[in-house]
Amino acid sequence: MSIILLLISISLIVAIGFLIAFIWAVKSGQYEDDYTPSIRVLFDDDPLDKD
Amino acid sequence: MVYTILSENGLENFYRLNEKAGISQKAIRKQKYDFLDDELTISRLIDFKDDNIMKIAFYIPAIHCSSCLWLLENLQRINNNVLSVRVDFLQKSVAIGFNYNELTLKSLVELLASIGYPPHIILNDLEKKHQKPELDKSLYYKLGLAGFAFGNIMLFSFPEYLGLSSDHDQGLTRVFSYLNLALIIPVLAYSGKDYFHSAWQGLKQKHLNIDVPVSLGILALFLRSVYEILTHIGPGYLDSLSGLIFFLLIGKWFQQKTFAQISFDRDFKSYFPIACTVLKEESELQLTLDKLQVGDIVMIRHGELVPADAVLIEGEAKMDYSFVTGESTLSDKHQNDLIYAGGRQMGGIICLRIIKTVSNSYLTQLWNDQAFKKENQNGRTSIIADRIAKLFTIIILLVSFASLFYWLPKDIPTAINAFTAVLIIACPCAVALSIPFTFGNVLRILAMKGIYLRNTDVIERISNIKHIVFDKTGTITNIRSSQLIYSGYSLTTKEEQLIYSLSRHSTHPLSRQIEKKYKHFQALDISEFIEEKGKGISGFIDGHLVRIGSQEFIGDVGDEDSLSNKGINIEVDGKLKGFYLQKNAYRKGLNSLIKNLSKKYRLSLITGDNNQEHETLKSYFVNTTEILFDQKPMDKLSYIRNLQAENINVAMIGDGLNDSGALKQSNVGIVISENTSNFTPSCDVIMDARQFSKLMNLMDYSKDSVRIVISAYFIALLYNIVGLSFAVQGLLSPVIAAILMPLSSVTIVLIGITASTYMAKKHHFL
Repeated sequence: MSIILLLISISLIVAIGFLIAFIWAVKSGQYEDDYTPSIRVLFDDDPLDKD
Repeated sequence: MVYTILSENGLENFYRLNEKAGISQKAIRKQKYDFLDDELTISRLIDFKDDNIMKIAFYIPAIHCSSCLWLLENLQRINNNVLSVRVDFLQKSVAIGFNYNELTLKSLVELLASIGYPPHIILNDLEKKHQKPELDKSLYYKLGLAGFAFGNIMLFSFPEYLGLSSDHDQGLTRVFSYLNLALIIPVLAYSGKDYFHSAWQGLKQKHLNIDVPVSLGILALFLRSVYEILTHIGPGYLDSLSGLIFFLLIGKWFQQKTFAQISFDRDFKSYFPIACTVLKEESELQLTLDKLQVGDIVMIRHGELVPADAVLIEGEAKMDYSFVTGESTLSDKHQNDLIYAGGRQMGGIICLRIIKTVSNSYLTQLWNDQAFKKENQNGRTSIIADRIAKLFTIIILLVSFASLFYWLPKDIPTAINAFTAVLIIACPCAVALSIPFTFGNVLRILAMKGIYLRNTDVIERISNIKHIVFDKTGTITNIRSSQLIYSGYSLTTKEEQLIYSLSRHSTHPLSRQIEKKYKHFQALDISEFIEEKGKGISGFIDGHLVRIGSQEFIGDVGDEDSLSNKGINIEVDGKLKGFYLQKNAYRKGLNSLIKNLSKKYRLSLITGDNNQEHETLKSYFVNTTEILFDQKPMDKLSYIRNLQAENINVAMIGDGLNDSGALKQSNVGIVISENTSNFTPSCDVIMDARQFSKLMNLMDYSKDSVRIVISAYFIALLYNIVGLSFAVQGLLSPVIAAILMPLSSVTIVLIGITASTYMAKKHHFL
């Protein structure tokens, strides 16, 4: 049965990891503007940057 | 010019990205941004500053396409002192970080203006440091935590659901229970604290709100579970508890939809510029408006706003009060005339002497009225939910105590079991979910059609409206499209043809309108055509002398009564025929809208105009309608207040700053706007003018939505009766609770969303 305890604690750690990731995402402002990035992603990297 | 700046910096891509990129721009006046040299003004505008870097956010209305975004975010290539640029497309705002030792704020703004993105710096910005609305992130945190706990507690409860917790792994079951307990405590303490807080606040004011029975349910669930877990009699109901809080928070989040591009709380400060040019001892100064004093001489250029009530001392003023009064005709002002704040100068440069400070001006005085002082006069509470809450709480307490006292003499554990079970199962989570999901869905559907509601409470308030008050200009008339109304001796077809033939030779907008009106005629040849710019035109057509123009142009004809000083006079062969008056056209569908509305509501029309159009209005409105003319903004406000004193729920439908008081005072203030991203005064509903004819549908839809919520309550009640029948017998097991509670919640949510979508179709919103 101890294997279950181990698995449970691993699953809990993973879940806490996701919770922290979510809190970080909110904190860094990813939920403040959910429209502009959808436009921004379509811009090509400018070829002029290379020279 | 913009192209030059762009190509010098290798940004030609701008024109490749979007064919519509670029809009024509006006030249910028050199001293326009001089007020940005003032240290104090700068410090009040910026968000952040250290030794090198300054951060500021601008509102730039010109942002309209993906190229704008691209260009602005590449600003550092035009000037390398710009360090970072971040655009928020929907809010049309740009956050810029720059090195202020190398690049002053003024030159930054001038740079933006030179590439066609002049920031809109308004009086409100000066105060934003005190009231900057921070996005409430805590709801996301609460939601995240509750979701995390809900998922894990469900996982740990699985053995229980499947009946796997046999005797030999008692230890494991107990570990799971304690883990659940550890998970639920932060959820209760953080995610659920708003419910306890709100319930406590309600109780302190001797008022039972919906959060009271909800908190009661949450507490009962928690305490019962703790007791079961600690005494090892069972696993508790922690899965139901965390699920409940999670669903409630989702409802809250769904309801909280805000429209980034729309602001409901603007006042005159969002309309006025931040500074104006003041003449002091022969020099021009840029002063911020709050420093403006009585007696100051201000200079107003073409297109600028008059910031405070003033007297004209130099120049000829052509004031556009369209925003204040909704009247689009320019009014001429001469020396020593009083000019009210809010007018826009449409001629050359004028000089004014300020006679009242900005906050004491005629227009802005409205905001000193108490209607603007009470914040949230109608509160944030839902009337239906409140009524249900009262009923619910009383019934729950009765049933729970009844079952407690019934069992107490026979069996004490069963008595406690039944008592808590009633509190748990009767927890009105379905009620608490029905409003957010149903009304939240309604809000979204309406927004797709260009009708924006401030929040979900507005739906309920609309459904209680008994009396509708209309403003005239700009509300039931369209200030963008006008028509010509002729009055005088009737014109023959021949004469109309003559007028058409003459007017088509002039480019004056009024001539063009006459031409448009008679475009079905064939043009006749004309000789000796004369045009006096801005005054009138004349010519010989088919042997007739036709003259069209202002009073001044036509001259003395000895028939003063029929000569109009506002209209376009018509003279054929030396005889005055009559005049055309430009009138705003009534909105499409007004007739049928009024007819339909008058069946269910009392209507009033209240306007700042004179009674010139009384007869026309009468033909639109039914006899029972009260029509009031020459009403000042303050009169409009008190009219609403008087109606409310008789306990009538009033909706005000208006458009301009002059309706602000009435809009604020009314139970539901509806603003009709030609362009929803433009300025609109503070209100509850912003309606796209094209949707004006759907006002009746909006009223009906709101009523139906309220009906949906009430019928959802009945269904929730049925579930509760089933649950209660288990509960009073002390037979409520965690599994039944875990099934019944989510089931009823999901049913309510589904009913709310499907029914409100169906009703939207019925009322032609989808």
